[in-house]
Amino acid sequence: MSKGILGKKIGMTQIFGQNGQAIPVTVIEAGPCVVVQTKTLNKDGYRAIQIGFGDKKEKKLNRPTKGHFDKVKAGYKKYLAELLVGKDEKFELGQLITVDIFSEGEKTDVVGVSKGKGFAGVVKRWGFAGGPASHGSHFHRAPGAVGMCATPSRVLKGKKLPGRMGGKRVTTQNIEVAKVDKERNLLLLRGSVPGANGNLVLIKNAIKASGK
Amino acid sequence: MRNTIETLEKEQMRTDLPSIRVGDTIEVYVKIVEGGKERTQVFKGIVIRKQNGGPRETFTVRKISFGIGVEKTFPIHSPKIVKIKSLSKGHVRRSKLYYLRDRVGKRARLKEKRF
Repeated sequence: MSKGILGKKIGMTQIFGQNGQAIPVTVIEAGPCVVVQTKTLNKDGYRAIQIGFGDKKEKKLNRPTKGHFDKVKAGYKKYLAELLVGKDEKFELGQLITVDIFSEGEKTDVVGVSKGKGFAGVVKRWGFAGGPASHGSHFHRAPGAVGMCATPSRVLKGKKLPGRMGGKRVTTQNIEVAKVDKERNLLLLRGSVPGANGNLVLIKNAIKASGK
Repeated sequence: MRNTIETLEKEQMRTDLPSIRVGDTIEVYVKIVEGGKERTQVFKGIVIRKQNGGPRETFTVRKISFGIGVEKTFPIHSPKIVKIKSLSKGHVRRSKLYYLRDRVGKRARLKEKRF
């Protein structure tokens, strides 16, 4: 059982909850998405649906992609994503997926591309403590020793070192749905969501949701 | 994109409350839950600061309760506020009245604003 929808991160704000408490929320303009393709066990080896979001001009498409969309006749879509579906779930081509698949209080997983931080040192990238700032310490934000001695006489694979940080696909788990606005296709999720404003995000039902 | 946030924030904001300014003496009627029951509590004092803007705007009311200074900060647009009653306007020359904290008794008063 899986459900998901593509959306655009709009930004953050706050709303008041039922008990008057302020809830920080991320606003996402999600859907409506269209089922562009259904994948079956017989034909593709696994069950999935492909959903499309956002409009694209016809002249921007090459002919194979145009043919792919023409099978559905639901317009040309800018972004595509695939969702695994269960055995008994039925989806038809051209079926609309809107924000009302989620309800208030539900837990979701949100996938997005995190903000790029550039070439970052170990303190920022891996949370190293760094050295003392003063008292003549000449050791501030350096990574320190990276390995052992003549054995193994190399640096172990996966050693945490400086490098490019961010700009990667990130999933944040168990984000609660604070509000669903069907008229404006808005999803208000509690807390923050990976990526910059205007980024494409995929919202799925939480795989590790406890309780409910 | 920005418009969406703006309209959402506007919906959160209340328009039924009177505008208050720093230096005003006001009564705030707040809903509080006590022992599973909800009742309205009145908090009367001087507004000593206003902070932030939009739906996040808050104000702080200071009063002397049994000889002890008490300050309470409320979000202006909170649904917990039943009503605000403005009792008098004070003549003030700054936006944050923190100097009132150091004053006791008669010196901790504000001159009333004359129109």
